[in-house]
Amino acid sequence: METMTLLMHGFAVALTPESVMFAIIGAILGTLIGALPGLGPANGVAILIPLAFSLGLSATSSLILLTSVYAGAMYGGRISSILLNIPGDEPAMMTCLDGYPMALKGKAAEALAISAIASFIGSFIATVGLVILAPILAKFALKFGPSEYFALFVLAFATLGGVTGKNQFKTIMAAALGLMIATVGIDLSTGVQRYTFNMLELFEGVDFIIAIVGLFAISELFFFIERHAGDGLKQVAINKLKLTAADIIRVLPASVRGGILGFVAGVLPGAGASLGSFISYSLEKKISDKGEFGKGDSRGVAAPESGNNGAASGALVPMLTLGVPGSGTTAVLLAMLISLNISPGPMLFQQNADLVWGVIAAMFVGNLVLLLLNIPMIGIFVKLLSIPPKYLMPVVTLIASVGIYAVSHSAIDLYFMVAFGVLGYILRKVDIPLVPVILGMLLGPEMEKNLRHALVLSDGDWSVLFNSGLSITLWAISILGLVLPMIIGPIIRSKMSKSKEA
Amino acid sequence: MLNKISIKSVLISGAVALTLAGQAHAYEPARSIECIAPANPGGGWDFTCRSVGKVLVDQKYIKGNVQTVNMSGAGGGVAFAHTVSKRSTDDNLIVAASTATTTRLAQGQFPGLNASQVKWVGTLGADYGVIAVGKNSKYTSLTQMMDALKKNPGAVKFAGGSASGGWDHLKVLIAAKEAHVTNLPKIRYLAFSGGSEALVQVVGGHIDAFTGDISEVKGFMESGDLRVLAVMSEKRLPAPFNNIPTAKEQGIDAIAPNWRGFYVPGKADPASYAWWVKTMDELYKTQEWKDIMVKNGLMPFHKSGAEFTAFVNKQTADINTLSKEIGLIR
Repeated sequence: METMTLLMHGFAVALTPESVMFAIIGAILGTLIGALPGLGPANGVAILIPLAFSLGLSATSSLILLTSVYAGAMYGGRISSILLNIPGDEPAMMTCLDGYPMALKGKAAEALAISAIASFIGSFIATVGLVILAPILAKFALKFGPSEYFALFVLAFATLGGVTGKNQFKTIMAAALGLMIATVGIDLSTGVQRYTFNMLELFEGVDFIIAIVGLFAISELFFFIERHAGDGLKQVAINKLKLTAADIIRVLPASVRGGILGFVAGVLPGAGASLGSFISYSLEKKISDKGEFGKGDSRGVAAPESGNNGAASGALVPMLTLGVPGSGTTAVLLAMLISLNISPGPMLFQQNADLVWGVIAAMFVGNLVLLLLNIPMIGIFVKLLSIPPKYLMPVVTLIASVGIYAVSHSAIDLYFMVAFGVLGYILRKVDIPLVPVILGMLLGPEMEKNLRHALVLSDGDWSVLFNSGLSITLWAISILGLVLPMIIGPIIRSKMSKSKEA
Repeated sequence: MLNKISIKSVLISGAVALTLAGQAHAYEPARSIECIAPANPGGGWDFTCRSVGKVLVDQKYIKGNVQTVNMSGAGGGVAFAHTVSKRSTDDNLIVAASTATTTRLAQGQFPGLNASQVKWVGTLGADYGVIAVGKNSKYTSLTQMMDALKKNPGAVKFAGGSASGGWDHLKVLIAAKEAHVTNLPKIRYLAFSGGSEALVQVVGGHIDAFTGDISEVKGFMESGDLRVLAVMSEKRLPAPFNNIPTAKEQGIDAIAPNWRGFYVPGKADPASYAWWVKTMDELYKTQEWKDIMVKNGLMPFHKSGAEFTAFVNKQTADINTLSKEIGLIR
């Protein structure tokens, strides 16, 4: 019941005019970013972090803005899946399967409306899950000592590639790159400088935010320049919406199942939204009557959408309670929290109760805003989709640069941002994923610190790393997380591509 | 072209007017002054700039506004270097500082820079050091703990929110030195990236003791999860902290204030320095500032002008000696 009181407090924060305004702005920007092919939620949040800093927003407002962008991007991803058959982001891939056929049958408006309702249900279920699970996990977190934390970070790295990752070797390379960048700066445990070359700017290490904006936003600009992507994209025309209550009731069970599955997938580190939408879709296909899956079945639109939105909220659970992100976007959000001097983990729920519960309540508000935006106003977003990127990308770059400069007033940070942009471009060219780089940067120092602490506490005895039930469990899950994808991964991936071709 | 020239000439005449005003004998602050917070928004230095800036404007010391500029990097080193090299004669600039600044200066962590390159204005309060243990710990007083350290310097492991050799680490060493513990480098200190992270580990029973500031322990102290063994202040703190014994009462004369204050550029006009010292003295006495102190857990601690400069020099020298003793610097 204590949770309910705290949640009510949260609503008091989330329903102030300022918070509602940021939730609405975030929802609109997020939907727009999600709808644009190529710009996923991680990019969206990365681009808008500097904006939050340069506006001098409070921690609560920044986080409300960015979680709304996150949720909005998950909604927005479906628009181009349905209308263009190009997923706006990776998790929206499964929505193409039945969404585009529906649009071709002249039911584009229905597909958009059903997917919006499913997204709403998925997010709602997962946010309720977050409310229930997060405080429990936060209490549990007191049991985590240095050796348990170390095992947890090993787990995070072991499951990095996830089930949907293509090339484990490239994932490891990317993570190693992140770890290397993370060693720059004054070492916390000894006070010794590492790779600082006596440059004051490097004493505190390389700022995550600069790396994130460079890797995601600036590299995106280079890709646009390369593609000469000047024109908007051609899309299926939208019909007039004819949605009956029966249509909604038909997709309701699929949405509820999708939301629950998605949430579970999101909570597990490394699994993420793509898996959430995939298993929701497969399950629906298996348990429902034959139907017309792959040819425009409305349940085939509802299940993956509800799944990926559920996973998005689920991924916030490990990020907020343990400080270990469950997905790329939550890694970006984690970096922002750290920059605001807020350390995630069990203390967050004690010391910043207003912030946490305010943000959770804002997720309910944002979700409602998104539903309202996405049904009657869908036409506007569809129009925005046809804005040529040649107008859009310069704006994105401008926001990123101004924001980065506003944070530190240092031109060197801008050079770093561009350098990371070039690095991001090269990495993407050779198909090395970017998210593990960020995770390596974020988690590397924590992992090192906890290993050292564990060894100091045990006076150098390595067996301390395996001396509690909790840490042994974590090690076991890590091994499973590393081995299983190598066995199951190829099977799932071939199924994913098969169902996409079919 | 014409437009550009006219703007330029306006700027020049404006600058001339400012210079003339600056040369006038009694210093008048500009309409708008700048306060550099050498860290990202949300931290202690940012709070110092923003709260003092608000009082300066509310109490009409500054007619326009106080602009807070966040300049993070090297634990204040970037801002210090910027002040020394680029703004050394700026009369309308103040920079937030704390014990973290003097610690880094003392340990030579700002290469080529030292405390005499700026003018130290004053402090407006402090957060005092504490040493605490979890509720199930066998230690009930600081004396007990120090006796254990005398037998074996590795007997108690401390967790704190600053890097090795940072202020939280130094507090333990200051207390241990006063208690005549030998072999200070053997004392085990575990560095965390923030006080709250360190606290969770102590409350969770993973690490023996916590070293930090009084403002950090309030929550866990009230919930009964944490036992504060000593506060490192001259005398007992006001309620609700009046039950915590000082280290001094327990026969260990160790005092560790983490002060919050300001410095101005080294070549700032003496008249402007005098104005800032006087203004900080007056500001410290206002009801508005007292309310801010209570609300944010700041304890009384005020020094300004020459007294503060002497304090900074002594603190820097003490930390330097201590850091050499533990082998952190040579």
